[in-house]
Amino acid sequence: MKTLPIVAATAFAILLWQAVVSVTGLPRFILPSPLLVMETWWQNRWLIAEHLLVTAAEVLIGLMIGTALGAATAIQLAASTRMRVLVRPILVFTQALPVFALAPILTLWFGFGLWSKIAMAVLIIYFPVASSFLDGLLRTAPGYLDLARTMQARPIFVLLYVRIPAALPSLASGLRLAAVYAPIGAVIGEWVGASRGLGYLMLLANGRAKTDLMFAAVLTLGLFAILLHLVINRLAQRLERN
Amino acid sequence: MAGSFSITVKGHADLKGMPLFAPISLELTAQRWTCLLGGSGVGKSTILRLIAGLETGATFTGRIEASDGGQIATRIAYMAQDDLLLPWATVAGNITLGARLRGKQRDKSRLKQLLERTGLTEHAAKTPAQLSGGQRQRAALARTLMEDKPVVLLDEPFSALDARTRAQMQDLAVELLDGRTVLIVTHDPGEAARLAHAIAILSPGGLVSRQPPGHPIPRPIDDLDSLEFHASLMRDLMVDQP
Repeated sequence: MKTLPIVAATAFAILLWQAVVSVTGLPRFILPSPLLVMETWWQNRWLIAEHLLVTAAEVLIGLMIGTALGAATAIQLAASTRMRVLVRPILVFTQALPVFALAPILTLWFGFGLWSKIAMAVLIIYFPVASSFLDGLLRTAPGYLDLARTMQARPIFVLLYVRIPAALPSLASGLRLAAVYAPIGAVIGEWVGASRGLGYLMLLANGRAKTDLMFAAVLTLGLFAILLHLVINRLAQRLERN
Repeated sequence: MAGSFSITVKGHADLKGMPLFAPISLELTAQRWTCLLGGSGVGKSTILRLIAGLETGATFTGRIEASDGGQIATRIAYMAQDDLLLPWATVAGNITLGARLRGKQRDKSRLKQLLERTGLTEHAAKTPAQLSGGQRQRAALARTLMEDKPVVLLDEPFSALDARTRAQMQDLAVELLDGRTVLIVTHDPGEAARLAHAIAILSPGGLVSRQPPGHPIPRPIDDLDSLEFHASLMRDLMVDQP
């Protein structure tokens, strides 16, 4: 990736932000200046890091479980037409339901700790992974399937050696979406009920009119999300190259 | 080799209620090259796919029989214009794909022998993307031979190659497929004139048989009888245009 445009864009955004603060003269509890946010961020770096660690753990564990479950579902559904007819509508329905609406229930079931947030992340990741991987599994180039058929192939081995490898690029695009959604799930889970995590820190700071701390937490979350995206993107590219 | 049975195709096919080809009678003589020649969309590939037991989208009314009364689909090997090499597998992995898809051990000595005969020994560990068009088609031919079936169905196998590579592939294919019953579908009258023991020209009106020159195949590229025959096939194809 080119660094120069990113540095330039960041500098521009910060300047714009500072300009808005200077021109409008908004009080610091409405819109803190970039400098103040940086200062607060540095002063609270250990506090923020501690909460980041919690959120990151939720996101990463959620990503792993959600991807594994989604991929397993896709393979299961690809292997059996009957299952597909039965389960696909359920999948679509669960996705039509806003996952956020489930957050209070999940907190009730899994408690205020890590697991209710992981469950949120898993739920929000599960569908995009399952559905894009399934699409890929069902769109194997017909020529390969013809060839396999003339070879008297067994369906399980066609799945294993042809359909799954051919669908890995689709799994990769599901994974990219998952990396975007996972932090959303975790933070929402923290808003509903938590005693740790960046989402919790944001609410706490907001409630005490410590807007600068809230901004620092949001920026940290943003940086974490970008880092996650970069790592997952690297992984996805490897899957696509296969 | 248990390849001493011939195959008879008798019948007609409809595509979405419209006739695709009129009633035909095609005989694949045991251990001979039969060439099915015709323009695009006349149903040449459909006939080949019917013999192979593959989906065609057309409705075939009639019968396809082996002279020994046995099953046909289990005794054919198939090769298409698209080499259908799996991009993520090595050349060796592609050649032995059939065994893997059946869950069987691959025959290593046969692999070694076929790699040698197709001149791919030093490319065995490469992926298809690292090969030239001719090498890829040789790998596809080796994969077809690995199946060791008495009947080999070739669907425009060399159409995507340049003239020189095509002629080389034709020579190699005749050499390696010796003793097998071969059906080659092609739109190239030159290919038919070089390779066929028997030629059937397919048009919407039905099949017309042509007898090629008596020279053994592959007929030399500069054989005057073959070139003259090529020209006469070409004339037939021009007349057939509606």
